[in-house]
Amino acid sequence: MAQMRRRAQRNSWTLALLGLFVAMLAITYFIQPRYGAAQLQGLAIGALPLAMAAVAQAIVVISGGIDLSVGSMMAVTSVTAAVLMKDQPETFTIVAVIGILVLGLVLGIINGVLVVVTRVPDIVVTLAMSFVWAGAALVVLHTPGGGSAAWLRDIAKGSIGSEWIPSALVTLLIIVGVIWIPLRRSGAGLALYAVGSNRLAAFRSGVPVSRTKILAYMLGGLFSAFGGLALTATTGIGTPVPGAYTLLAVAAIVLGGVSLAGGRGGIAGPIVAVFVLALVRTDLTLLGANSNLSTVIQGAILIGVVMFGSLLTRRRART
Amino acid sequence: MPDVLLEATGVAKRYGAVAALRSASLSVHAGEVHALMGANGAGKSTLVKILTGAVHPDSGFIQVRGEPYLARSPAEARRGGIVSVYQEPAVIPDLDIRSNLRLTKTPIEPFRHWLTELGIGDLDLSDMARDLPLATLRVIDLARALAIEPHVLMLDEMTAALPADLTERVLHVIGNQRGSDRCIIFISHRLIEIAAVCDRATVLREGETVGVVDITEGSEQRIVELMLGERASDTKARQDAVRSGAATTEESKPKLAVHQLRVGARLKDVSFDLRAGEVLGVAALEGQGQDELFDVLAGSRRPDGGELLVDGVPVSFRHPADAIRAGIVYVPADRAEALLMQRSVRENVALPYVAGVRSWGPIAMADEATHVNAAVQKLQIDTRAASEVRQLSGGNQQKVTIARWVAGGVQTMLCFDPTRGIDIGTKQQIYELVRNLAAAGAAVLFYTSELKEVQLACDRAIVIFAGRIVAEIPVADADEPTLLRAAYDLPPDVPMPEEVAAGELAAEAPAPDGFAVPDPRAVGDPGSAGAGPAVSA
Repeated sequence: MAQMRRRAQRNSWTLALLGLFVAMLAITYFIQPRYGAAQLQGLAIGALPLAMAAVAQAIVVISGGIDLSVGSMMAVTSVTAAVLMKDQPETFTIVAVIGILVLGLVLGIINGVLVVVTRVPDIVVTLAMSFVWAGAALVVLHTPGGGSAAWLRDIAKGSIGSEWIPSALVTLLIIVGVIWIPLRRSGAGLALYAVGSNRLAAFRSGVPVSRTKILAYMLGGLFSAFGGLALTATTGIGTPVPGAYTLLAVAAIVLGGVSLAGGRGGIAGPIVAVFVLALVRTDLTLLGANSNLSTVIQGAILIGVVMFGSLLTRRRART
Repeated sequence: MPDVLLEATGVAKRYGAVAALRSASLSVHAGEVHALMGANGAGKSTLVKILTGAVHPDSGFIQVRGEPYLARSPAEARRGGIVSVYQEPAVIPDLDIRSNLRLTKTPIEPFRHWLTELGIGDLDLSDMARDLPLATLRVIDLARALAIEPHVLMLDEMTAALPADLTERVLHVIGNQRGSDRCIIFISHRLIEIAAVCDRATVLREGETVGVVDITEGSEQRIVELMLGERASDTKARQDAVRSGAATTEESKPKLAVHQLRVGARLKDVSFDLRAGEVLGVAALEGQGQDELFDVLAGSRRPDGGELLVDGVPVSFRHPADAIRAGIVYVPADRAEALLMQRSVRENVALPYVAGVRSWGPIAMADEATHVNAAVQKLQIDTRAASEVRQLSGGNQQKVTIARWVAGGVQTMLCFDPTRGIDIGTKQQIYELVRNLAAAGAAVLFYTSELKEVQLACDRAIVIFAGRIVAEIPVADADEPTLLRAAYDLPPDVPMPEEVAAGELAAEAPAPDGFAVPDPRAVGDPGSAGAGPAVSA
């Protein structure tokens, strides 16, 4: 009981975000009574690529870095996947998907090695690499095109069991669960937090700091590849210029309770944050708000929630 | 009856459920050096922060020269002539000293004057702050505070990590402020410093003022009693027990042997054996090569020459992980260099055991829990704030840094000034812990900037001067004056400048130039004293 309470307290930010999400679902239903299972599915499908990007960004930021090439890596993997899979037999597409995930790992390792070897700040290295990958994506596929394997589309679209359980959500939870939960409970997971929290202390404690950073970027690349595949799966084509996923991912992790200074936060918060952001957009559309104005409102909500959160934390520290 | 310069009564401040100050009072006169004493967590720092406007009190009444006073910010307090110097110097590392002075609108000429008084008059103001040693920055911070001619100057443990020579200068300058029109409020854990320069001491315990003591012969005991409350006698008894437990281990073979070690420009040639079951003290003025020695032994840095042997086998460490694997662990003075401040006690204790690449696999949760709980219990860590280590007190934090190693069964522990800035009660626990580790067969290398700790915790001591070992002293002879003489590389029969100064203080007639023009006996050979530490000019 006490342990459960402590666990709830530690994850209070994520729980509060989840509460916010539920409250917003209720508001959505109030605005548009016809909002139901199909719309929920659409929400999950729309949120899937950003959720993957947010997980990628969260892992890198927790380890004390930042990856500005998440969006570009998604573009490269998305178009490569679309080109490889177009009109191919099923067995080949399975190999192609595995190949794309390996490609993501490699892209991430390149980022990590460059950061570690050159000692150029993370933000500079990944910004530069974001141009490289963005250009590469356009070389692979100049205009949106290619195709997605049917099975991949089925993973992302539709529902599982009840029509109220979107398969995109299940896919997301399985992928993140299978990779993150064992990692978090391993020495490597602790090393990620340790390096992000205090590099010198981690070094002195015998943590291999360079390898840990490379691991973080590698995982960032892997989840970016999942994001790229999600783009291809949900749209059915490869997108060489996918939109502002990098910065949206940063927004999502901040909203999700990850400290940009490193060492604090988790993965669940950013994922819930992605759904909150997606629902905000839906609600504004339902309300018929001008789409330019709705971006302004989204930004304002982001600042408002984070500010409210830090106010609460400060107040709790006082009382 | 001298003028009351600043008077605070009934000051209280709560942080959530924790009362940092319950009812503190403080009354200081112009022209006195007033000590503010108390164990860690007694509320000294909170009181200082309230007086400088960094923290707002919940209740209480403060008067300056009879006028009600409440500073809303440090800048406002500064304008009102109330300034504080903290242990961590408030300088911007990326600016040069001149720009730092401009930032605080400090007049240059008086600043220069105080720098000269403090013995670093040759400082180049265009030096970047980040290029200067920490000790120099602390002194610069003090000179900057003095330069604006404050009414009340508060020094919050500013001598805690100062090398002996600079401490002396600082104490001398502070002592000279007696009888001026300002007041200095002096916070230090070192009773000897209090005895040397202070007129009176206000003692805080658990957020309350429990007494004001006039500093005279023997008042230290009274202060300690007040600080510790009923715990004082207990501590004394434990202290005796600790010392009697010291075993002689001449016969056992060396756990760690260092041969002609050479590192960078500072550490020139050091050789010693560290045996299993002994605590070997290391004493040195700041910057004599001890930092380099510990870095190499801990695997953070590679030596330029010489040999390390663990259990008689030559080793070479490329990474702290190698040293840890060889059973050599490191406890730094600065907890911020060892702990993940935002993470839990559990993770901090577990970190060294699961961090290496070879153990990147899943953590056995049950094992880990027993491991961590055993360590926490052994060290009596107060884990009420277990979710983040930074919420623990300094003493408890230092216990966590030691706990993590104890949990794994220590073979060789390198302690670098482990009790810096920690209250007396916790210090005792740390000495006891170090003794127990040695009794269990571990070898401990124990550097301390507080020389009296050598006799409290060690079996013998080596003294490093200018990168070489200049003396090895058995514990029975390793009292403070002997160690200090050796640390200055002085022959045993030459009196220390400090003693001369203390003599003058006792005579209540400090010469205007202090020990700059001392008794000719003291510096019969000016070279031997002057050639000492790099920072003493």
